[in-house]
Amino acid sequence: MRRLLVPLATGLVALMLGAAILAPWIAPHDPTLTNLSQRLLPPAAGHWLGTDHLGRDLLSRLLWGARASLAAVTAILLMVLTLGCTVGMMAGLLGGVVDAVLMRICDAFMTVPTLVLALFMIGALGTGLTNVVIAIALSHWAWYARLVRGVTLSLRSQDYVTAAQVAGLSRLAIMRRHLLPALAGPLAVLASLDLGHWMLHVAGLSFLGLGLAPPAAEWGIMINDARPFFRTAPMLVVLPGTAILLTVVGFNLLGDALRDRLDPTMPDHVH
Amino acid sequence: MTVLGFALRRLATLLPLLLLVSFGFFAMLRLGRGDPALDYLRLAQIPPTDAALALARQELGLDRTILLQFASWLGGAVQGDLGISWFTHRPVTEEIAHYLPATLQLAGTAMLVTILVGVPLGIWAAMNRDRWPDHLTRVMTFLGVSVPNFWLGFLLVLLFAVTLGWLPAIGRDGLSSILLPALATAAMSASVMLRLVRASVLGVLGEAHLRFARARGLPARTLLGRHIVLNAMVPPLTAIGLHLGELMGGAMVVETVFGWPGLGRYALQAIGNRDYPVLQGFVVVMTAVFVLCNLLVDLIYAWLDPRIRLERAA
Repeated sequence: MRRLLVPLATGLVALMLGAAILAPWIAPHDPTLTNLSQRLLPPAAGHWLGTDHLGRDLLSRLLWGARASLAAVTAILLMVLTLGCTVGMMAGLLGGVVDAVLMRICDAFMTVPTLVLALFMIGALGTGLTNVVIAIALSHWAWYARLVRGVTLSLRSQDYVTAAQVAGLSRLAIMRRHLLPALAGPLAVLASLDLGHWMLHVAGLSFLGLGLAPPAAEWGIMINDARPFFRTAPMLVVLPGTAILLTVVGFNLLGDALRDRLDPTMPDHVH
Repeated sequence: MTVLGFALRRLATLLPLLLLVSFGFFAMLRLGRGDPALDYLRLAQIPPTDAALALARQELGLDRTILLQFASWLGGAVQGDLGISWFTHRPVTEEIAHYLPATLQLAGTAMLVTILVGVPLGIWAAMNRDRWPDHLTRVMTFLGVSVPNFWLGFLLVLLFAVTLGWLPAIGRDGLSSILLPALATAAMSASVMLRLVRASVLGVLGEAHLRFARARGLPARTLLGRHIVLNAMVPPLTAIGLHLGELMGGAMVVETVFGWPGLGRYALQAIGNRDYPVLQGFVVVMTAVFVLCNLLVDLIYAWLDPRIRLERAA
């Protein structure tokens, strides 16, 4: 059973990534092209999954939706890693007052429930997918800074790092040669378990109408769009949600597999 | 160390943190984007002439330094005055007090669901390790942590309200109306709780005192009740504080699916309007509720389990 899960997860994520990257070429129709004479069509040859309330091709919208959602999650990942590594390394390497101040700032960010913080950030920055990405990244980076700081501190007292220092390696070289490789494992585990979580946040905030504006294809906003037709055409709500669910399942399974491989001591999927 | 001493120590670290966070929010709103005076005039439907802008800035205190502005906000906040909404022109405190109970009721019910579902099923899974109950709950929890809560809400409405007609689809009217939103909100937390309980029970099952109790010939019921469950519940229940943040955030998203009249809708309105006093009040109140609930959970555990008191004091 366990052996089957990893290929399943890889397949799911590969499918979603493939859809995201190839959407412009494989989507049979323009995802924003409305055609009021073809509203709410059932699945048929021309439209494999049917059409929505504005006559737009559902399959094309789902494919383009993968693009928006995965691009957002990737951007969050990059921001969180950059911010977390920078702050965490600074705190760990410089120590003293810098460390104390940076860690209080981390504490402050960790005091607020993540979604509440994200909602507030969007209020301060304005709506739009970019700001949704920034808001989610800003409400999650502190855990990464903490982790990076911890690894940095524990590394500083290791003999082989002291040896490298004595041998005359510059700070930058030590960071590149010794610190980054030591960080890769723990960061990969933490991040892979968080990807699905971020995906759900992006979908939730888009659903609330805070992300991409309506004509665009994104899974969360598609569900919001389809709400008035929910009883008559439930597939318009069911399919984008299934896409979100499958992507998150894929991310979570991969995360668990990665954790089992790299760090078996971490607790079960907890988020 | 007494529980009271523990509480005071915790408060002494939490209050400065809350102050720092409030200032962070305040600064972010003021420096975030654009000119607050412009937003103020837009919401008041006054044309933004130079004279009007200057007047608005003076009225809102925007011509003072940010520290002074924050100090005057804080002075009001500690007396329960969070300012006046720029959009509705009513006191923010009053409006939040109006919407908050519904959100807390939903989050609280979801917490109850989390415990009532997560704990027994977690014990069940652990007692039947690697048999079908364990496999079944594993699949359930995997779906539970992966499903978008608002979408689960729609599916529940489709099944229980539209198809079966057992429960109402929207509104806030008695016990039957809170069931579906609470289930949708709780799905993730209940799944996490289930896994934590399972792991914890398995841990206790391997401990020596249990082997000893079994060797003494204690009946299975006593073993399960007193030796396994009581001991295994401490770690998962201390994680309750972490669920709270998730549930409060989740409740605000799920609210919109069920037309639940809570803070979510109020916050969305404030985001759309860029209503600064409301945004500030919303985030500070939610953070304070979250921090206080966590403190309460900590205190209950310090009271129940002296090891926690001693450990944290050290």
